[in-house]
Amino acid sequence: MNVPEITEMAIDAAYRTLKADAEKNGYRLNPDGDFVKNLIRGLLKNEQRYGYRACPCRLASGKKDEDLDIVCPCDYRDTDIEEYGACYCALYVNEAISTGKQKVAPIPERRPPRSERGKTRVVKIVSTTATPVFPLPVWRCKVCGYLCAREQPPGICPICKATKERFERFV
Amino acid sequence: MLYALSTCQWCHKTKVLLEELGIAFDYDYVDLLEGKEQDAALDEIERWNRSGSFPTLVIDNKRAIVGFREQEIREAFAA
Ligand code: SF4
Repeated sequence: MNVPEITEMAIDAAYRTLKADAEKNGYRLNPDGDFVKNLIRGLLKNEQRYGYRACPCRLASGKKDEDLDIVCPCDYRDTDIEEYGACYCALYVNEAISTGKQKVAPIPERRPPRSERGKTRVVKIVSTTATPVFPLPVWRCKVCGYLCAREQPPGICPICKATKERFERFV
Repeated sequence: MLYALSTCQWCHKTKVLLEELGIAFDYDYVDLLEGKEQDAALDEIERWNRSGSFPTLVIDNKRAIVGFREQEIREAFAA
């Protein structure tokens, strides 16, 4: 197999972009630079292998529609940062960790196991009042929770830059 | 037996710790396996760790430690 090496230059460039994007949007990268660069090497490796930046700490199937939830940033990032102070890989961390006041610890896997994937998605909301009828569908970005009412979800989430296929119909 | 991913930093830390402790162990980078071999590895991991996550460290076919739980790993080999 003749796979091009992932160069330090490519990693540095990706690091700068990720860091700038994170900071612009209120996220923070792990302060351990080497740890982060190794994770970015993994992200770039996955991009090379699968065609998308699948999470380096999870096994991708290679089928994009089955892996959408673990395309970085994954659907679980915000909840894990909220609960544990870091995303599953510890690429993204909360303020306390980013400033060295708290240490990162391993986090339990939130992604459903293989056998349950794609099944537990739909939560039925039981309401006693009639569902209001909106003139437009409401779309939710599964990465950051951004909501918008329009015919189609946006091509790119204006908040977190997730792509169109990461949106779900919310109402 | 250590089930790991070649790209995962928690897996990497686990491997480094085991080496540092001077423990003889086998490991698989499950992302580098293909087809049936990969499926077999996943089935085996799920026997020990329902979520099928990495790293999964199976000790003497008796118990498993999931994730880079440094203290737990050290204690498991302290005896
Ligand atoms: S946000 Fe963290 S846990 Fe999620 S895919 Fe990216 S690196 Fe992995």
